[in-house]
Amino acid sequence: MSTMQLDIVTPERKVYSEQVEMVIARAEEGDIGILPNHAPYVSPLKVTAVKVKKDGDEFFIAVSGGFIEVRENTVTILAETAEMPGEIDIERAESAKRRAEERLADRKRDDIDFKRAEIALQKALTRLRVGKSG
Amino acid sequence: MAENMRDIKRRITSVQNIKQITKAMEMVAAAKLRRAQEKAESARPYTEKMREVIASVAVATDEVQHPMLVSRPVKKTGYLVITSDRGLAGGFDGNVLRTLVQTVEKRHGSKDEYVVFVMGRKGSDFLKRRDIPVIGEVTGLPDSPEFSDIKSIVSQAVGMFAEEEYDELFLVYNEFINPVTQRPVEKRLLPLADLGEEESKSDLKALYEYEPSAEEVLSVLLPRYAETLIYSALLESKASEFGARMAAMGNATDNASEMIGAYTLQYNRARQAAITQELAEIVGGASALE
Repeated sequence: MSTMQLDIVTPERKVYSEQVEMVIARAEEGDIGILPNHAPYVSPLKVTAVKVKKDGDEFFIAVSGGFIEVRENTVTILAETAEMPGEIDIERAESAKRRAEERLADRKRDDIDFKRAEIALQKALTRLRVGKSG
Repeated sequence: MAENMRDIKRRITSVQNIKQITKAMEMVAAAKLRRAQEKAESARPYTEKMREVIASVAVATDEVQHPMLVSRPVKKTGYLVITSDRGLAGGFDGNVLRTLVQTVEKRHGSKDEYVVFVMGRKGSDFLKRRDIPVIGEVTGLPDSPEFSDIKSIVSQAVGMFAEEEYDELFLVYNEFINPVTQRPVEKRLLPLADLGEEESKSDLKALYEYEPSAEEVLSVLLPRYAETLIYSALLESKASEFGARMAAMGNATDNASEMIGAYTLQYNRARQAAITQELAEIVGGASALE
């Protein structure tokens, strides 16, 4: 089966760099699946888990604040944070989720805080999903 | 004489204590320097990738203009200066702050023409004492800062450019050349001018599909790229800081050793003088009895 290079890079380190068979990510406009030899493509990503298929196995990588670039059979995901399933502290994600939910329940706050809490919740949920899948 | 000897002895002990401390600080700085260097290294792929993508997007979409790429007449300038939180690093903070003050004095007539963002307590204290308009600061950064530690100040700095609060943004920090050499530099961060010039020569003109559109992709990418550049400048500055501290503490240790040598010599002279005097007294006493 043909493969393509997948690089996931954050400002702190290179999280992942392997040959893979398929990548599914949630782009700004909706989910996108990428197979080898995809046309050049650029889009911002939402805070979600990116699904990767390698050697027939599927697993997730939690990504936030990133975007995806496809070029010459190379998929590059640049993100502010990215974590592999084994790296996630589930307890921390749980408490982050609780905090975000509390903040969302308290509707009196202004819009910025509300938005921030929504993003935090999204991040926590993504981490939990990825963390539990691993 | 005995009094004098005790004085010197005490001085030797205190210099020895100082030497121990400076030696320890030197070694700590050396270890941290290595880690900071690795960190700066590992941030590089991200920055490079980002630059590559933006360059090819910018080249592929010649007609697309973005405010962050366009130079506009400069009415007000922003500076972001990176200093350390702790001293004892030789001329590290002094150099970078002097560069800032000199540039500002040369370029601007009044305080209304510029604003300053500062990272690090040393810089923040200095600028406030000097009455320089500081509009954003972050202090107490850890030795290996994460991107999230500086996210808010960085977004503010980039955001204010986008909102045309100022028309240029300069980074002032210590560039890391090698562990013993740091150089204060002043780099123009915004507007991002010379992007895509190298790439345009090669045929990287991949025809991208953009979602939602080229403009929107650029407007997400560019601020993030600027933020990334600031982050890598911070990492470099951290490496420079430890390099500077290591050199300063190394010098201090050498000086302390030298001082201990000088005092030991003085101490031995005083000891000998005391013995000689004692002998002379005994001989004098004996000959008086004869």
